[in-house]
Amino acid sequence: MDLGLILAGGIASGTVLLFAAIGEIFAERAGILNLGVEGMMLMGAVAGFSTTLTTGNPWIGLVAAMTVGGLLALLHAVVTIHLRADQVVSGLALTFLGTGLARVLGEGLANTNVARLPAFTVPVLSNIPIVGPIVFRDQSVLVYVGFVLVPLAWFWIEGTRPGLHLRAVGEAPAAADAQGIGVYRLRYAYVVLGGVLAGLAGATITLAVAPGWFGDQTVNGRGWIAIGLVIFARWNPIRAAIGGYLFATITPFNLGLQGVDRILGFENPFLPGRSATFFLDMLPYLFVIAVVILGSRQAARRRIGAPAALGIPYVRGERGR
Amino acid sequence: MTVAPEPPEPSGDAPPTAADSLAVQAIGIVKEFPGVVANDHVDFDLRRGEVHALLGENGAGKSTLMNILAGLYRPDAGEVRVEGRPVDFGSPRDAIAAGLGMVHQHFTLVPSQTVTENVLLGLDRPRFLLHERESEAEIGRLAERFGLRVPPGARIWQLSVGEQQRVEILKMLYRGARILIMDEPTAVLAPQEADELFATLRSMTAEGRSVVFISHKLGEVLAIADRITVMRRGKVTAAGIPATGATKADLARRMVGRSVLETLERTPFEPGEVVLSVRDVVADNDRLLPALRGVSLDVRAGEIVGIAAVAGNGQSELAEVITGLRPCGGEVLVRGHAVANRSASTVLRRGVAHVPEDRTSVGTAPNLSLTDNLIMKRYRQPPVARGWLVDESSARAIALDLRDTYRIAAPTVDTEVRLLSGGNLQRAILAREIETRPGLLVAVQPTRGLDVGAIETVHRLLLDLRAKGAAILLISEELDEILALSDRVDVMYEGRVVGSFTAAEADIGRIGLLMTGGSEADHAPAEAAG
Repeated sequence: MDLGLILAGGIASGTVLLFAAIGEIFAERAGILNLGVEGMMLMGAVAGFSTTLTTGNPWIGLVAAMTVGGLLALLHAVVTIHLRADQVVSGLALTFLGTGLARVLGEGLANTNVARLPAFTVPVLSNIPIVGPIVFRDQSVLVYVGFVLVPLAWFWIEGTRPGLHLRAVGEAPAAADAQGIGVYRLRYAYVVLGGVLAGLAGATITLAVAPGWFGDQTVNGRGWIAIGLVIFARWNPIRAAIGGYLFATITPFNLGLQGVDRILGFENPFLPGRSATFFLDMLPYLFVIAVVILGSRQAARRRIGAPAALGIPYVRGERGR
Repeated sequence: MTVAPEPPEPSGDAPPTAADSLAVQAIGIVKEFPGVVANDHVDFDLRRGEVHALLGENGAGKSTLMNILAGLYRPDAGEVRVEGRPVDFGSPRDAIAAGLGMVHQHFTLVPSQTVTENVLLGLDRPRFLLHERESEAEIGRLAERFGLRVPPGARIWQLSVGEQQRVEILKMLYRGARILIMDEPTAVLAPQEADELFATLRSMTAEGRSVVFISHKLGEVLAIADRITVMRRGKVTAAGIPATGATKADLARRMVGRSVLETLERTPFEPGEVVLSVRDVVADNDRLLPALRGVSLDVRAGEIVGIAAVAGNGQSELAEVITGLRPCGGEVLVRGHAVANRSASTVLRRGVAHVPEDRTSVGTAPNLSLTDNLIMKRYRQPPVARGWLVDESSARAIALDLRDTYRIAAPTVDTEVRLLSGGNLQRAILAREIETRPGLLVAVQPTRGLDVGAIETVHRLLLDLRAKGAAILLISEELDEILALSDRVDVMYEGRVVGSFTAAEADIGRIGLLMTGGSEADHAPAEAAG
């Protein structure tokens, strides 16, 4: 087995988690929990794939994927921001909607092939010993986009005026409103941005990392893992990226995908038909339970640094509470 | 590029005439809300460089008037001029742009962000990048100029309420406010903090800025204001009278519309049996630090014992220990029965009533109706309890009766109590507690934030209860209130009773010294925990 291949594959499929997790971080930092990541990713995956199939141009497919992700997120935004519905319920509904719709729309797409997004090797950087070939050789263009997005996202949130406003909206919407910041406007913007990034994550699978359409197995729980990553990363894009790469390196998507038979002398449990696949089926439920428990415990939320207004609809000028 | 927005200094290029020495002028302001005329042709003017107090009871229309000036409301009629120019504010931003900023009672700060970030929040500058270091230094300098002691790098949740208020003032000054409106600023402050605030306001007026100071506390208004405007029921009853020469009695009469009994009539003190006996009680506060370090005291039937202490010296924890809301070591006896570490309902059955410090989340259930809140301590007994059902009609009858007896101004008894004003909420709590016919009432800050009329009602109710033979433990940060009501005053400092006086020997100077932990020479201010 080639360890370098596994690691390079981990970086590639980690990019999928990274996009989805950073999108979710933006939405949650604005105070809106969106559990629909899985659905948005699947819709992005199918939209990207079928558009590319039709047009033959993966770039158009990429734009289609991001648009579809954004539109689904917009639905969640309307339901939770304007209509003030429960964010957990709306997010779950979005996942069911996206999953179902993607399976219908993806009917007949299996066993087809499309043009991939280009992959290339970065000169100079790829010559760095050990790291260079893993990180910078023959990777998809989206992998490099991921490298750039992580520090940008972090800096946007922590070091800029729009980021200050984003944090204020997620922490204390009433205070932000009093300073003339458009709470609803910003929440809409970041929830939609989260959807765009989830769509991008979906397209990253079908157009770059593991091209092809395999029904709901295409995303296969990675939307849920992205949501988990957001919590473990404590809403920090850099930690989320590191977590995404690490997780992707050791998960079935990667190990199964690379066809690795044995890892460190043990049989690879993640190949199709082996025992550890049950783990995947369990994930969505585990994450929903974790999120709901977390949402109900004020002390726990504060300890892990969740945005203070996460999950709470904002209504101007409501007394009491 | 990151220069502090300097207000144009009031320079001497032209001798100020009467008209342009006016910072703000409101003429004939009318503002109606459904069912009430909040402002009925109100005139108000603010001179440059003065502190102008706006005095009135809750609901007198003073906040409405100021919200109009600050751009939150639009008047139905009338005109507002700022520095001579007519203005029409559509939002608080417009008001700020005109140099007019308001500090509200409820702060609008982001707890998890730093002082600097809060000051910068919502501004157009810096345009994109936050130059945290530079802004911090700049804000530090501004704070120093006005004596607003607050660390610019600290996060809001780490600050005391007094410090948070300074951040709010800083926010306004940083935005270039030349006119500052302070809504009941001292309601949340310890006495020392209030003195510091007054010094800050003075340093602002010395620079030619102007301050509107909304209050209903007569003493502080006379202490800080240059001129005073009094409002009652939407009308001005005293327009900009000079503070020198004004008397408390006169102001109170204009505010309430009748003469206020400043001296409370008290029946002679006839001590009965010991109702409450606290022996060597120790307890921790919420942060698990020792709050009570061996407190012993007695309260007798027909007696009011006042606890005088600066906030955070264990008095709140003492009330919770007695009412069964906080575990403790030591003994608490009510008529000889041990109640320490028993449930609140056990304590209640022993005849202990409680007017808690936090009216809105401990004293009442904000989203329940007035009826539900009023029957909260008697739903287990008939007639409200009918088996395991609640008898709605008798609950309603009781609520209607109490509403009238205690003059709780609520549209209906089904109104959610979160919609009631502070005074009415407190009346509702007192109604409920007094109707349990308690042997002991523990009242914590019973008049905090209430207007003169409501305070008078609360005091009268407490004295009535005392006359009926109840024992009352009164915990208050208003030393005047303690001295006016108590038959005995116990002073607490750092979790201990450090002095005990009968009403006759109670001396405000000596008590004040003990409250701040002083013996003689060192008058070190006690740390008022946030």
